[in-house]
Amino acid sequence: MKLTLERVEQRVGAETWLHPLDLALVPNAVTVLLGATQAGKTTLMRVMAGLDPPAKGRVLADGVDVTGRPVRERNVAMVYQQFINYPSMTVADNIGSPLRLRGEKNIAARVKEIAAKLHIEPFLSRLPAELSGGQQQRVALARALAKNAPLMLLDEPLVNLDYKLREELREELSQLFAQGASTVVYATTEPTEALLLGGCTAVLDAGELLQYGPTAEVFHRPASIRVARAFSDPPMNLVAADAGPGGVMLQGGVALAVALPAGATTGLTVGIRAGALRVRPREGDLVLPGKVELAEISGSDTFLHAETAIGELVAQLTGVHQFTLGEPVALHLDPGQAYVFDSVGALLRAPARE
Amino acid sequence: MKPVNQKAWLLILPVVVCVAFSAILPLMTVVNYSVQDIISPERRVFVGTEWFKAVMRDDDLQGALLRQIGFSVSVLLVEIPLGIALALAMPASGWKASAVLVLVAISLLIPWNVVGTIWQIYGRTDIGLLGAALAKLGFDYSYTGNATHAWLTVLLMDVWHWTPLVALLCYAGLRAIPDAYYQAASIDGASKLAVFRYIQLPKLRGVLMIAVLLRFMDSFMIYTEPFVLTGGGPGNATTFLSQYLTQKAVGQFDLGPAAAFSLIYFLIILLLCFVLYNWMQRVGTADKKEAGHG
Amino acid sequence: MALIELDLAHAYGANPRSDDDYALLPLKMSFADGGAYALLGPSGCGKTTLLNIVSGLVKPSQGSVRFDGVDVTGRTPQQRNIAQVFQFPVIYDTMTVAENLAFPLRNRGVAPERIARRVGQVAEMLELSGQLHQRAAGLAADAKQKISLGRGLVREDVSAVLFDEPLTVIDPHLKWQLRRKLKQIHHELKLTLIYVTHDQVEALTFAEQVVVMTRGRAVQVGSASELFDRPQHTFVGHFIGSPGMNFLPAEAADDGLRVAGHRVAAAPAALRGLGPLTLGVRPEYVTLAAAEAEGAVRGTVTRAQDIGTYWLVTAQVGDDAASVVRARLGSHGPVPKAGDAAWLRIVGPRTCFYGADQNLVFEGAAA
Repeated sequence: MKLTLERVEQRVGAETWLHPLDLALVPNAVTVLLGATQAGKTTLMRVMAGLDPPAKGRVLADGVDVTGRPVRERNVAMVYQQFINYPSMTVADNIGSPLRLRGEKNIAARVKEIAAKLHIEPFLSRLPAELSGGQQQRVALARALAKNAPLMLLDEPLVNLDYKLREELREELSQLFAQGASTVVYATTEPTEALLLGGCTAVLDAGELLQYGPTAEVFHRPASIRVARAFSDPPMNLVAADAGPGGVMLQGGVALAVALPAGATTGLTVGIRAGALRVRPREGDLVLPGKVELAEISGSDTFLHAETAIGELVAQLTGVHQFTLGEPVALHLDPGQAYVFDSVGALLRAPARE
Repeated sequence: MKPVNQKAWLLILPVVVCVAFSAILPLMTVVNYSVQDIISPERRVFVGTEWFKAVMRDDDLQGALLRQIGFSVSVLLVEIPLGIALALAMPASGWKASAVLVLVAISLLIPWNVVGTIWQIYGRTDIGLLGAALAKLGFDYSYTGNATHAWLTVLLMDVWHWTPLVALLCYAGLRAIPDAYYQAASIDGASKLAVFRYIQLPKLRGVLMIAVLLRFMDSFMIYTEPFVLTGGGPGNATTFLSQYLTQKAVGQFDLGPAAAFSLIYFLIILLLCFVLYNWMQRVGTADKKEAGHG
Repeated sequence: MALIELDLAHAYGANPRSDDDYALLPLKMSFADGGAYALLGPSGCGKTTLLNIVSGLVKPSQGSVRFDGVDVTGRTPQQRNIAQVFQFPVIYDTMTVAENLAFPLRNRGVAPERIARRVGQVAEMLELSGQLHQRAAGLAADAKQKISLGRGLVREDVSAVLFDEPLTVIDPHLKWQLRRKLKQIHHELKLTLIYVTHDQVEALTFAEQVVVMTRGRAVQVGSASELFDRPQHTFVGHFIGSPGMNFLPAEAADDGLRVAGHRVAAAPAALRGLGPLTLGVRPEYVTLAAAEAEGAVRGTVTRAQDIGTYWLVTAQVGDDAASVVRARLGSHGPVPKAGDAAWLRIVGPRTCFYGADQNLVFEGAAA
C-alpha cells in the first residue's frame, strides 16, 4: 500500500500533538518512526490506522482519500507494546481470527505455517496467559501477519521485552518484513533499533516531522541539530563555533579545518559523533588534550568522558581501555568527520561517506 | 468496501419503545402537569410558572429540603470514613478475602423495603434486639415517639445498608496500588498512619469521588427505607424530600405542585451530578497526563 | 556501608525436589563494602528475587544473609538500613520534592536543621536544587527516579542502595545522563550499590563486578572485560555482547580443527580427544581474511547492515541453517555486500572452546 499523509495535523483540546506534516511512505518497505516518548509517534500511528481522524489534512491509501473512514474498513494490522491478545481464545484461534473473519478456507494449515515462522508451533493449544511475555508478543505478531494487511503498524512492540529477547525478535522481524509484501511502520525510541531495522526512518520531535529518508542517509546526514540529537546513541557532542580562517573556530579557541559553504559566519554549531573521536593518532588529526572524567566499559566498547578545551566530550572507543580518573588524555579527530550546523540548526556540512 | 449493515439499528427498537413508555412519556406528562392546575380530571387550567413559584415559597417543602440536606451530609460524614476503615481492615488475598467480601456484600443484596422492615422489628423494645437492649440499659428508646431517636435509627439503618458499597469501592482501589509503594514506605520507615496519609488516601482519590457521588445521589433520593421504618414520623421528623413529594402527589392529589417540584428535584440532582462528574473527569485526565501519552 | 554475604537458596514451595522448584539455586556470594555490583540476566532468572532477599523484602527459604558478619536474615529492610529504587518512580504525590527527600529523615526524628542541610546536599548532587519546592507529581519520569534515588541517599548511614531495573521508564538519551550520575555518586559516596537489570550496557558500564544469572543460577561473576573476553559458559558468551557470540560446532580431528564441516586450522593440543566442541567467537573479533587463510572459513554474505559506527555483516558458513557467523567490521576498510563470498577469520587468540556441558575448556589459539 502506498500511504500518503498530506498536511496532517492533530490537536487534542488546546494542545497540538502533531504539527502540519507531509509524509509519503515508501511502499512495501519498513518505515521507522523514531523519537522520544511523547514525540507524537503513537498519535501519528493512530492517524495512519484510522483510529483517530486528523484535525486537519488528508490520509491517502493508494491514491484514495480514506481520511474519514473508520479503521474497521481499512485493511490495517496493528501490534502494541502491551502484548494484546484475545485472552479467552487459544493461540491457534488468536492467529486464525482475522482469517475466520474473512471467511477463508484452510485456516488450520495457514495458522500452522505462520506459527512455524514465529517459532510458536508448540503452543498452539495454549491460552495467551500461560505464555511468557516474548511468546505472547509473538502471538500478537502472528495474528498481524495472518491478516496479511497491506499496512502493518507496530508501536514499540519490543519495548517490554528483555534486551536479549529484543535482539532476537528484531532480527526475526527484519527477515519477516523482508519476506512480506506489506508497508510496515515501526515506532521506537532507540536509534540503534532504527539502524538495525534499516529501511527508511522518519524522525519526530515534539510533534514535528523533522526528516524522512533512508535510515543510513538520515543518520549520516541529519538535516538539523534536532535530528542529530534524536538520532544518536551515544549523544552527539555539540560545540559552539564561529567561522574562522580556514574553517571554524571552536569555543575555547581551537581551530578546526573544514570546508564551509559561503555565507556561514557566527552562531555555528559543530557536531562530533562519539565514534569519530579516537585515542590513537592518525595523520591530519586535530588533537584535543583533556582530562579523563569518567570511563564506562560496556564490553565491546569503552565510553570515555573527557573534559577538554572545547568542553566536555564523549568518545566511543572500540575495545576495552582502562583509564584512571583525572588522567590526562588526548583525543584525536579527523576534521573531515565533523558536522557543521548553522545558526538556526540546519546542516551545513556532513562528513563525506566512503 | 462492504456497506455498513444498518439493520443493527432495528435491534434496539424494542428498548427504545420500553424506555419511551417507562421514562420519556411519563416525564412529558409531569412537565404537562406542572404547568396546569388540575381541579378535576375534566377541568384543567394553564397556569404557567405559578406552581413553581408556589412550591419555592412552601414552608413544608423548605423544611423537607433542609432535613434532606442534613441527612445526606450526615450519611456522607459517617459512611465514607467508615467505608475506608472497613476496606483497610479487609484481607487482601486468599480464601479469607473471598469470604469477607461475601459477608460484607450481603446487606447490599437485601430488597430495600425488607431493610426497612428488618430495622422496624430490630428497633422495637419488645421483640427487637436493639430496642430491647437499649431499654434494658435504661434508655427510653422509641423511634416512633422520639424525633431524635427516629433520625438516628434511620441514619444507622442507612449506614448498615450502604457502607459496604463504599467499602467495596475502596477495597478495589486499594488493590490497585502497586506493592512497590508499600515497600518503599517500609524502607523509608513510614508509620502506618503516614502510609495511609501519603500513599493510600491520595491513590484512592478517584474511587472516593465515585463513592461520594453515588452515596450523595442515592441518599438525596431516599424513599423506601425511611418510609417503611418510620412512615415519615414522628410528625414529619423523618419526612425527606421524595416522601414529601409523594405525599403531595398521591396523598393530596396536588398534582400541579408535585409535578413542579419533581422537575425542580430532577434539576437539582442533575446539576449536582454534572458538577461532581466534571470534577471526576478533571482528576481522571490529570492522572492520565502523569502517566504520559505516546 | 556494609559487607554483604549471602549463603542461601530459595525455593518456591516447601519441599523442593528438582532444580525447577528453586527460584534461586544454592549460592554463596559476597558484596564488598563500597563496591558497585550488577545482577544481569533474562526475565525469570531470579535476579529480582535475589535483590529482594538482600533488601529484606523476601525471606530466603534456606540459608542466611549477613551484613558485616551479623545475621540479618530475619530483619526488615528498615532494620537493615537499606535503600531501594524500583522500576517505576515511587514518590509521594502530595508532597514537594524537598518533602519527599526529607521523609525518611523525618520518620527517624532527625533535627530539622540537619534535615534541611542533608536535603540540600543530596538535591545538589542529583541536580534537583532548582525544583525543590515543586510538587513531585508534576515532574518528568527521570526527575522522579532521581527523587526515589535521593530518598535512599539522604540517610547518611545507609548500608547499601539497591536498584531494581531503575531506568526502564527513562528515555534513551536521558539514560546516559542518569548512568553517569550514578557512577559519580558511587565515586563520591563510596556506597555499596547493587543494580539489577536485563540490559547489559547498563550492567557493564555501571558495575565493577557483574553477576550473570540464568534460571536461578549465578553462572559467572566478573568484571566487564572478563565477561567479555573470557566467558566461562556459553550462556555468558551469548548473553553479553550485542550481538552475542557466534557459536559453531567444532571438533579436533586428526587432520586439524574442523568447524562446520571444513578444516580450518591446526588443532591445538589441548583440544585433541575431547570430542565434539562448540567454538565461540565474538563478532568484534571476526575479521576479513585472505582466501584459504589459516583459521578462516568461507562464507556467503546474507546481510550487510550500516549501524552508523560499524557494519554488521552476516554470513552463512555451512549447509546447516544455524551455521551463521556475524562480524562487526569498522566503517573504514572494505565491507562486503550481500551475495558476496567472503573469508572470515574465526580462530584467533580470543576464540573460546566449550565442552558438552557448555563450560569453557580452552581459550585462544595461535592463528
